Amino acid sequence: MPATINRQRILQRIREIPDPEVPVITISDLGILRDVVFDGNHAEVQITPTYSGCPAMKAIEDEIVTVMREEGVEGVKVKLVYSPAWTTDWLNEDAKERLRAYGIAPPGKTSSDKNLLAVHPKEIKCPRCGSVNTVLVSPFGSTACKSLYKCESCLEPFDYFKCH
Amino acid sequence: MHNNLYTYCLRLGDTSLILGQRLGDWCGHGPVLEEDIAMTNIALDLIGQARAYYSYAAEMEGKGRTEDDIAFLRSERGYFNVLLAEQPNGDFAMTMMRQFLISTYQYYFYLELKGSNDATLAALAEKSVKEVAYHQRHSSEWIKRMGDGTEESNQRIKNALEACWLYTGDLFDADDTDREMVKAGTGVDLQKIKPRWESKVKEVFSEAGLEFPQDVFMVLGSRSGRHSEHLGHLLSEMQVLQRSYPGATW
Repeated sequence: MPATINRQRILQRIREIPDPEVPVITISDLGILRDVVFDGNHAEVQITPTYSGCPAMKAIEDEIVTVMREEGVEGVKVKLVYSPAWTTDWLNEDAKERLRAYGIAPPGKTSSDKNLLAVHPKEIKCPRCGSVNTVLVSPFGSTACKSLYKCESCLEPFDYFKCH
Repeated sequence: MHNNLYTYCLRLGDTSLILGQRLGDWCGHGPVLEEDIAMTNIALDLIGQARAYYSYAAEMEGKGRTEDDIAFLRSERGYFNVLLAEQPNGDFAMTMMRQFLISTYQYYFYLELKGSNDATLAALAEKSVKEVAYHQRHSSEWIKRMGDGTEESNQRIKNALEACWLYTGDLFDADDTDREMVKAGTGVDLQKIKPRWESKVKEVFSEAGLEFPQDVFMVLGSRSGRHSEHLGHLLSEMQVLQRSYPGATW
Protein backbone atom coordinates (compact mmCIF):
# COMPACT_ATOMS: atom_id res chain seq x y z
CA MET A 1 0.00 0.00 0.00
CA PRO A 2 1.45 3.41 -0.96
CA ALA A 3 2.34 5.72 1.92
CA THR A 4 0.73 8.76 0.34
CA ILE A 5 -2.12 8.66 -2.09
CA ASN A 6 -1.68 9.58 -5.74
CA ARG A 7 -4.79 11.60 -6.51
CA GLN A 8 -4.20 11.79 -10.27
CA ARG A 9 -3.76 8.06 -10.62
CA ILE A 10 -6.81 7.38 -8.45
CA LEU A 11 -8.97 9.69 -10.55
CA GLN A 12 -7.78 7.98 -13.70
CA ARG A 13 -8.55 4.52 -12.32
CA ILE A 14 -11.99 5.53 -11.03
CA ARG A 15 -12.87 7.10 -14.38
CA GLU A 16 -11.91 3.90 -16.16
CA ILE A 17 -14.08 1.58 -14.10
CA PRO A 18 -16.14 -0.28 -16.71
CA ASP A 19 -19.86 -0.85 -16.57
CA PRO A 20 -20.12 -4.46 -15.30
CA GLU A 21 -22.77 -5.38 -17.91
CA VAL A 22 -21.22 -3.55 -20.86
CA PRO A 23 -17.45 -3.51 -20.25
CA VAL A 24 -16.68 -1.43 -23.35
CA ILE A 25 -17.97 1.71 -21.66
CA THR A 26 -16.83 3.25 -18.40
CA ILE A 27 -18.73 4.91 -15.58
CA SER A 28 -17.25 8.16 -16.81
CA ASP A 29 -18.63 7.56 -20.34
CA LEU A 30 -22.06 6.89 -18.86
CA GLY A 31 -22.06 10.01 -16.74
CA ILE A 32 -22.55 7.87 -13.62
CA LEU A 33 -19.41 9.30 -12.03
CA ARG A 34 -20.13 12.85 -10.91
CA ASP A 35 -17.30 13.91 -8.59
CA VAL A 36 -14.43 12.71 -6.43
CA VAL A 37 -13.68 14.82 -3.37
CA PHE A 38 -10.49 14.20 -1.41
CA ASP A 39 -9.96 15.18 2.20
CA GLY A 40 -6.50 14.08 3.29
CA ASN A 41 -6.58 10.31 3.29
CA HIS A 42 -10.34 10.15 2.90
CA ALA A 43 -12.44 10.45 -0.20
CA GLU A 44 -16.06 10.84 -1.20
CA VAL A 45 -17.13 9.59 -4.60
CA GLN A 46 -20.41 10.93 -5.92
CA ILE A 47 -22.33 8.81 -8.41
CA THR A 48 -25.69 9.23 -10.05
CA PRO A 49 -27.77 6.07 -10.45
CA THR A 50 -29.10 5.22 -13.91
CA TYR A 51 -32.27 3.18 -13.50
CA SER A 52 -33.71 3.07 -9.97
CA GLY A 53 -33.41 -0.68 -9.59
CA CYS A 54 -30.19 -1.17 -11.55
CA PRO A 55 -28.28 -3.99 -9.80
CA ALA A 56 -25.02 -2.98 -11.50
CA MET A 57 -24.87 0.12 -9.30
CA LYS A 58 -23.90 -2.06 -6.33
CA ALA A 59 -21.12 -3.71 -8.34
CA ILE A 60 -19.89 -0.27 -9.40
CA GLU A 61 -19.90 0.95 -5.79
CA ASP A 62 -17.92 -2.11 -4.69
CA GLU A 63 -15.39 -1.58 -7.47
CA ILE A 64 -14.93 2.08 -6.48
CA VAL A 65 -14.26 1.04 -2.87
CA THR A 66 -11.80 -1.66 -4.02
CA VAL A 67 -9.82 0.75 -6.18
CA MET A 68 -9.71 3.31 -3.37
CA ARG A 69 -8.50 0.74 -0.85
CA GLU A 70 -5.81 -0.53 -3.24
CA GLU A 71 -4.58 3.03 -3.62
CA GLY A 72 -4.28 3.47 0.13
CA VAL A 73 -7.27 5.68 0.78
CA GLU A 74 -8.27 5.05 4.39
CA GLY A 75 -11.92 6.00 4.34
CA VAL A 76 -14.06 6.08 1.22
CA LYS A 77 -17.71 7.02 1.06
CA VAL A 78 -19.82 6.49 -2.04
CA LYS A 79 -22.64 8.99 -2.18
CA LEU A 80 -25.68 8.71 -4.44
CA VAL A 81 -26.53 12.03 -6.04
CA TYR A 82 -29.96 12.19 -7.71
CA SER A 83 -29.89 15.68 -9.13
CA PRO A 84 -29.50 16.50 -11.97
CA ALA A 85 -31.32 13.33 -13.05
CA TRP A 86 -29.28 10.90 -15.11
CA THR A 87 -30.07 10.91 -18.82
CA THR A 88 -28.74 8.95 -21.79
CA ASP A 89 -27.96 12.32 -23.39
CA TRP A 90 -24.79 12.27 -21.27
CA LEU A 91 -23.33 9.45 -23.37
CA ASN A 92 -20.93 10.94 -25.93
CA GLU A 93 -20.71 9.86 -29.58
CA ASP A 94 -17.56 7.82 -29.03
CA ALA A 95 -19.20 5.81 -26.25
CA LYS A 96 -22.26 5.29 -28.45
CA GLU A 97 -20.06 3.91 -31.23
CA ARG A 98 -18.39 1.52 -28.80
CA LEU A 99 -21.84 0.32 -27.72
CA ARG A 100 -22.83 -0.30 -31.32
CA ALA A 101 -19.62 -2.21 -32.03
CA TYR A 102 -20.37 -4.34 -28.97
CA GLY A 103 -23.73 -5.27 -30.48
CA ILE A 104 -26.03 -2.90 -28.59
CA ALA A 105 -27.95 -0.26 -30.54
CA PRO A 106 -27.10 3.08 -28.84
CA PRO A 107 -29.80 5.41 -27.48
CA GLY A 108 -31.10 8.20 -29.65
CA LYS A 109 -31.39 11.76 -28.38
CA THR A 110 -34.15 12.22 -25.82
CA SER A 111 -37.14 14.03 -27.19
CA SER A 112 -37.68 17.65 -26.26
CA ASP A 113 -41.36 16.69 -26.23
CA LYS A 114 -42.33 16.96 -22.56
CA ASN A 115 -45.13 14.44 -22.93
CA LEU A 116 -43.28 11.22 -22.15
CA LEU A 117 -46.41 9.15 -22.70
CA ALA A 118 -46.58 10.13 -26.37
CA VAL A 119 -43.00 9.34 -27.28
CA HIS A 120 -42.72 6.64 -29.90
CA PRO A 121 -39.37 4.97 -30.57
CA LYS A 122 -37.76 6.32 -33.74
CA GLU A 123 -36.04 4.20 -36.38
CA ILE A 124 -33.58 1.93 -34.63
CA LYS A 125 -30.62 0.76 -36.75
CA CYS A 126 -29.42 -2.83 -36.44
CA PRO A 127 -25.96 -2.66 -34.79
CA ARG A 128 -24.75 -5.49 -36.99
CA CYS A 129 -25.94 -4.79 -40.50
CA GLY A 130 -27.10 -1.16 -40.19
CA SER A 131 -30.59 -1.80 -41.56
CA VAL A 132 -33.49 0.31 -40.26
CA ASN A 133 -35.84 -2.55 -41.07
CA THR A 134 -36.04 -3.49 -37.39
CA VAL A 135 -38.97 -4.34 -35.16
CA LEU A 136 -39.54 -4.00 -31.41
CA VAL A 137 -39.99 -7.38 -29.75
CA SER A 138 -40.36 -6.02 -26.20
CA PRO A 139 -39.74 -2.67 -24.51
CA PHE A 140 -38.32 -4.63 -21.59
CA GLY A 141 -35.13 -6.49 -22.40
CA SER A 142 -32.35 -8.32 -20.65
CA THR A 143 -31.72 -5.45 -18.24
CA ALA A 144 -33.70 -2.46 -16.99
CA CYS A 145 -31.97 -0.14 -19.45
CA LYS A 146 -32.55 -2.16 -22.61
CA SER A 147 -35.31 -3.13 -25.04
CA LEU A 148 -35.30 -6.18 -27.29
CA TYR A 149 -35.40 -5.70 -31.07
CA LYS A 150 -35.20 -7.97 -34.08
CA CYS A 151 -33.62 -7.13 -37.42
CA GLU A 152 -35.78 -8.16 -40.37
CA SER A 153 -32.84 -7.84 -42.75
CA CYS A 154 -30.14 -9.97 -41.13
CA LEU A 155 -32.66 -11.74 -38.84
CA GLU A 156 -30.53 -11.27 -35.70
CA PRO A 157 -32.02 -10.09 -32.39
CA PHE A 158 -30.30 -7.22 -30.60
CA ASP A 159 -30.59 -5.04 -27.51
CA TYR A 160 -31.38 -1.33 -27.71
CA PHE A 161 -30.12 0.97 -24.96
CA LYS A 162 -33.30 2.83 -24.03
CA CYS A 163 -33.56 6.58 -24.32
CA HIS A 164 -33.98 7.90 -20.81
CA MET B 1 -43.36 19.34 8.80
CA HIS B 2 -40.53 16.92 9.31
CA ASN B 3 -42.97 14.20 10.26
CA ASN B 4 -45.15 15.01 7.28
CA LEU B 5 -42.25 14.60 4.89
CA TYR B 6 -41.29 11.32 6.51
CA THR B 7 -44.85 9.98 6.19
CA TYR B 8 -45.01 11.24 2.60
CA CYS B 9 -41.85 9.29 1.68
CA LEU B 10 -43.26 6.17 3.30
CA ARG B 11 -46.44 6.48 1.23
CA LEU B 12 -44.49 6.70 -2.01
CA GLY B 13 -42.07 3.94 -1.01
CA ASP B 14 -44.85 1.65 0.20
CA THR B 15 -46.94 1.87 -2.97
CA SER B 16 -43.88 1.07 -5.06
CA LEU B 17 -42.68 -1.72 -2.77
CA ILE B 18 -46.03 -3.47 -2.42
CA LEU B 19 -46.78 -3.26 -6.14
CA GLY B 20 -43.23 -4.45 -6.88
CA GLN B 21 -43.72 -7.37 -4.51
CA ARG B 22 -46.99 -8.32 -6.26
CA LEU B 23 -45.35 -8.20 -9.71
CA GLY B 24 -42.43 -10.30 -8.45
CA ASP B 25 -44.90 -13.13 -7.94
CA TRP B 26 -45.26 -13.39 -11.72
CA CYS B 27 -41.59 -14.32 -12.11
CA GLY B 28 -41.51 -17.63 -13.95
CA HIS B 29 -45.29 -17.64 -14.42
CA GLY B 30 -45.84 -15.03 -17.13
CA PRO B 31 -48.17 -15.88 -20.02
CA VAL B 32 -45.28 -15.46 -22.48
CA LEU B 33 -41.56 -14.91 -21.90
CA GLU B 34 -41.63 -11.24 -22.93
CA GLU B 35 -44.36 -10.45 -20.41
CA ASP B 36 -42.57 -12.39 -17.67
CA ILE B 37 -39.58 -10.14 -18.33
CA ALA B 38 -41.72 -7.00 -18.67
CA MET B 39 -43.47 -7.51 -15.32
CA THR B 40 -40.28 -8.31 -13.45
CA ASN B 41 -38.51 -5.33 -15.06
CA ILE B 42 -41.35 -3.09 -13.90
CA ALA B 43 -41.06 -4.65 -10.43
CA LEU B 44 -37.33 -3.92 -10.42
CA ASP B 45 -37.90 -0.26 -11.30
CA LEU B 46 -40.53 0.03 -8.55
CA ILE B 47 -38.45 -1.64 -5.87
CA GLY B 48 -35.51 0.56 -6.83
CA GLN B 49 -37.73 3.61 -6.41
CA ALA B 50 -38.96 2.32 -3.05
CA ARG B 51 -35.35 1.97 -1.89
CA ALA B 52 -34.66 5.59 -2.79
CA TYR B 53 -37.71 6.91 -0.91
CA TYR B 54 -37.02 4.72 2.12
CA SER B 55 -33.34 5.71 2.19
CA TYR B 56 -34.34 9.36 2.15
CA ALA B 57 -36.83 8.72 4.97
CA ALA B 58 -34.18 6.90 7.03
CA GLU B 59 -31.68 9.70 6.47
CA MET B 60 -34.29 12.28 7.48
CA GLU B 61 -35.15 10.33 10.62
CA GLY B 62 -31.49 10.40 11.65
CA LYS B 63 -31.70 7.40 13.98
CA GLY B 64 -29.32 5.22 11.99
CA ARG B 65 -32.09 3.03 10.57
CA THR B 66 -31.77 1.73 7.04
CA GLU B 67 -34.10 1.19 4.07
CA ASP B 68 -34.35 -2.49 5.11
CA ASP B 69 -35.51 -1.63 8.64
CA ILE B 70 -38.24 0.54 7.17
CA ALA B 71 -39.28 -1.99 4.52
CA PHE B 72 -39.41 -5.18 6.58
CA LEU B 73 -40.31 -4.44 10.17
CA ARG B 74 -43.73 -2.79 10.13
CA SER B 75 -47.19 -4.32 10.47
CA GLU B 76 -50.21 -3.61 8.25
CA ARG B 77 -51.33 -0.47 10.09
CA GLY B 78 -47.87 0.99 9.56
CA TYR B 79 -47.99 0.74 5.75
CA PHE B 80 -49.40 3.52 3.61
CA ASN B 81 -49.44 2.07 0.11
CA VAL B 82 -52.56 2.80 -1.93
CA LEU B 83 -55.18 0.04 -1.56
CA LEU B 84 -55.05 -0.78 -5.26
CA ALA B 85 -51.40 -1.85 -5.01
CA GLU B 86 -52.07 -4.70 -2.58
CA GLN B 87 -54.93 -6.26 -4.56
CA PRO B 88 -54.07 -9.80 -5.69
CA ASN B 89 -52.59 -10.42 -9.14
CA GLY B 90 -55.56 -12.45 -10.38
CA ASP B 91 -55.18 -13.13 -14.07
CA PHE B 92 -53.05 -11.16 -16.54
CA ALA B 93 -55.95 -8.81 -17.27
CA MET B 94 -56.29 -7.96 -13.57
CA THR B 95 -52.54 -7.37 -13.23
CA MET B 96 -52.47 -5.07 -16.29
CA MET B 97 -55.59 -3.13 -15.20
CA ARG B 98 -54.11 -2.58 -11.73
CA GLN B 99 -50.82 -1.53 -13.33
CA PHE B 100 -52.48 0.84 -15.79
CA LEU B 101 -54.50 2.64 -13.12
CA ILE B 102 -51.54 2.99 -10.74
CA SER B 103 -48.87 3.82 -13.35
CA THR B 104 -51.06 6.54 -14.87
CA TYR B 105 -51.56 7.93 -11.35
CA GLN B 106 -47.83 7.78 -10.58
CA TYR B 107 -47.02 9.44 -13.90
CA TYR B 108 -49.09 12.56 -13.24
CA PHE B 109 -48.12 12.52 -9.56
CA TYR B 110 -44.37 12.44 -10.19
CA LEU B 111 -44.64 14.97 -13.00
CA GLU B 112 -46.18 17.37 -10.48
CA LEU B 113 -43.74 16.34 -7.70
CA LYS B 114 -40.83 17.44 -9.91
CA GLY B 115 -41.84 20.96 -8.88
CA SER B 116 -41.45 20.23 -5.15
CA ASN B 117 -39.37 22.66 -3.12
CA ASP B 118 -37.67 19.68 -1.50
CA ALA B 119 -34.67 19.09 -3.78
CA THR B 120 -34.39 15.36 -3.07
CA LEU B 121 -38.09 14.67 -3.66
CA ALA B 122 -37.96 16.69 -6.88
CA ALA B 123 -34.92 14.74 -8.08
CA LEU B 124 -36.45 11.36 -7.16
CA ALA B 125 -39.65 12.37 -8.92
CA GLU B 126 -37.75 13.32 -12.06
CA LYS B 127 -36.10 9.92 -12.04
CA SER B 128 -39.28 7.98 -11.24
CA VAL B 129 -41.45 9.67 -13.85
CA LYS B 130 -39.23 8.49 -16.71
CA GLU B 131 -39.53 4.90 -15.58
CA VAL B 132 -43.26 4.89 -14.83
CA ALA B 133 -43.88 6.36 -18.29
CA TYR B 134 -42.69 3.03 -19.70
CA HIS B 135 -44.92 1.12 -17.24
CA GLN B 136 -47.89 3.28 -18.20
CA ARG B 137 -47.36 2.83 -21.94
CA HIS B 138 -46.93 -0.92 -21.64
CA SER B 139 -50.01 -1.52 -19.51
CA SER B 140 -52.23 0.83 -21.53
CA GLU B 141 -51.31 -1.08 -24.72
CA TRP B 142 -52.52 -4.26 -23.06
CA ILE B 143 -55.78 -2.65 -21.92
CA LYS B 144 -56.49 -1.72 -25.53
CA ARG B 145 -55.44 -5.09 -26.89
CA MET B 146 -57.56 -7.03 -24.42
CA GLY B 147 -60.55 -4.70 -24.55
CA ASP B 148 -60.62 -4.77 -28.31
CA GLY B 149 -59.50 -8.40 -28.60
CA THR B 150 -61.55 -11.54 -28.27
CA GLU B 151 -64.80 -12.08 -26.40
CA GLU B 152 -62.83 -13.76 -23.63
CA SER B 153 -60.18 -11.05 -23.32
CA ASN B 154 -62.90 -8.40 -23.29
CA GLN B 155 -64.76 -10.18 -20.50
CA ARG B 156 -61.60 -10.61 -18.46
CA ILE B 157 -60.60 -6.97 -18.75
CA LYS B 158 -64.16 -5.93 -17.80
CA ASN B 159 -63.98 -8.15 -14.72
CA ALA B 160 -60.60 -6.65 -13.89
CA LEU B 161 -61.98 -3.13 -14.19
CA GLU B 162 -64.81 -3.98 -11.81
CA ALA B 163 -62.38 -5.50 -9.29
CA CYS B 164 -60.10 -2.43 -9.40
CA TRP B 165 -62.37 0.58 -9.79
CA LEU B 166 -63.68 0.76 -6.23
CA TYR B 167 -60.09 1.37 -5.02
CA THR B 168 -59.40 4.29 -7.34
CA GLY B 169 -61.03 6.81 -5.01
CA ASP B 170 -58.33 5.98 -2.46
CA LEU B 171 -55.67 7.28 -4.89
CA PHE B 172 -57.01 10.82 -4.55
CA ASP B 173 -58.20 10.68 -0.94
CA ALA B 174 -56.16 13.60 0.45
CA ASP B 175 -55.71 13.94 4.22
CA ASP B 176 -54.21 16.64 6.45
CA THR B 177 -50.66 15.50 5.65
CA ASP B 178 -51.35 15.89 1.93
CA ARG B 179 -52.89 19.33 2.45
CA GLU B 180 -50.06 20.57 4.67
CA MET B 181 -47.48 19.27 2.23
CA VAL B 182 -49.18 21.15 -0.61
CA LYS B 183 -49.35 24.32 1.48
CA ALA B 184 -45.63 24.01 2.20
CA GLY B 185 -44.88 23.74 -1.54
CA THR B 186 -43.46 20.26 -1.07
CA GLY B 187 -46.28 17.86 -1.95
CA VAL B 188 -48.72 17.23 -4.78
CA ASP B 189 -52.24 18.62 -4.98
CA LEU B 190 -54.26 15.50 -5.74
CA GLN B 191 -57.29 17.48 -6.90
CA LYS B 192 -55.07 19.02 -9.55
CA ILE B 193 -53.88 15.72 -11.01
CA LYS B 194 -57.20 13.88 -10.77
CA PRO B 195 -58.69 15.38 -13.95
CA ARG B 196 -55.51 14.55 -15.87
CA TRP B 197 -55.67 10.96 -14.68
CA GLU B 198 -59.36 10.71 -15.53
CA SER B 199 -58.79 12.13 -19.00
CA LYS B 200 -56.03 9.62 -19.81
CA VAL B 201 -58.04 6.71 -18.40
CA LYS B 202 -61.09 7.74 -20.46
CA GLU B 203 -58.92 8.01 -23.57
CA VAL B 204 -57.50 4.49 -23.19
CA PHE B 205 -60.85 2.98 -22.15
CA SER B 206 -62.56 4.43 -25.19
CA GLU B 207 -59.96 2.83 -27.48
CA ALA B 208 -60.43 -0.43 -25.58
CA GLY B 209 -64.20 -0.35 -25.81
CA LEU B 210 -64.60 -0.03 -22.05
CA GLU B 211 -67.08 2.14 -20.16
CA PHE B 212 -65.73 4.72 -17.73
CA PRO B 213 -67.51 3.66 -14.50
CA GLN B 214 -69.77 6.16 -12.76
CA ASP B 215 -71.16 6.33 -9.22
CA VAL B 216 -69.17 3.46 -7.78
CA PHE B 217 -68.84 3.28 -3.98
CA MET B 218 -65.21 3.89 -3.13
CA VAL B 219 -63.26 2.02 -0.45
CA LEU B 220 -60.85 4.38 1.31
CA GLY B 221 -58.32 4.24 4.13
CA SER B 222 -54.72 3.81 2.97
CA ARG B 223 -53.64 7.21 4.32
CA SER B 224 -54.31 6.01 7.86
CA GLY B 225 -53.01 2.49 7.30
CA ARG B 226 -56.41 0.81 6.98
CA HIS B 227 -55.99 -1.97 4.50
CA SER B 228 -57.84 -4.82 2.82
CA GLU B 229 -57.36 -8.36 4.11
CA HIS B 230 -54.75 -8.97 1.40
CA LEU B 231 -51.90 -6.91 2.81
CA GLY B 232 -51.34 -9.09 5.85
CA HIS B 233 -50.77 -12.19 3.75
CA LEU B 234 -48.40 -10.32 1.45
CA LEU B 235 -46.40 -8.97 4.38
CA SER B 236 -46.12 -12.34 6.10
CA GLU B 237 -44.42 -13.73 3.01
CA MET B 238 -42.32 -10.65 2.36
CA GLN B 239 -41.12 -10.31 5.95
CA VAL B 240 -40.72 -13.94 7.05
CA LEU B 241 -36.96 -14.01 6.51
CA GLN B 242 -36.26 -10.75 8.35
CA ARG B 243 -38.55 -11.68 11.19
CA SER B 244 -37.19 -15.21 11.56
CA TYR B 245 -33.58 -14.05 11.44
CA PRO B 246 -33.56 -10.45 12.69
CA GLY B 247 -30.70 -8.43 11.27
CA ALA B 248 -29.90 -11.03 8.60
CA THR B 249 -27.78 -9.73 5.73
CA TRP B 250 -26.46 -11.26 2.50
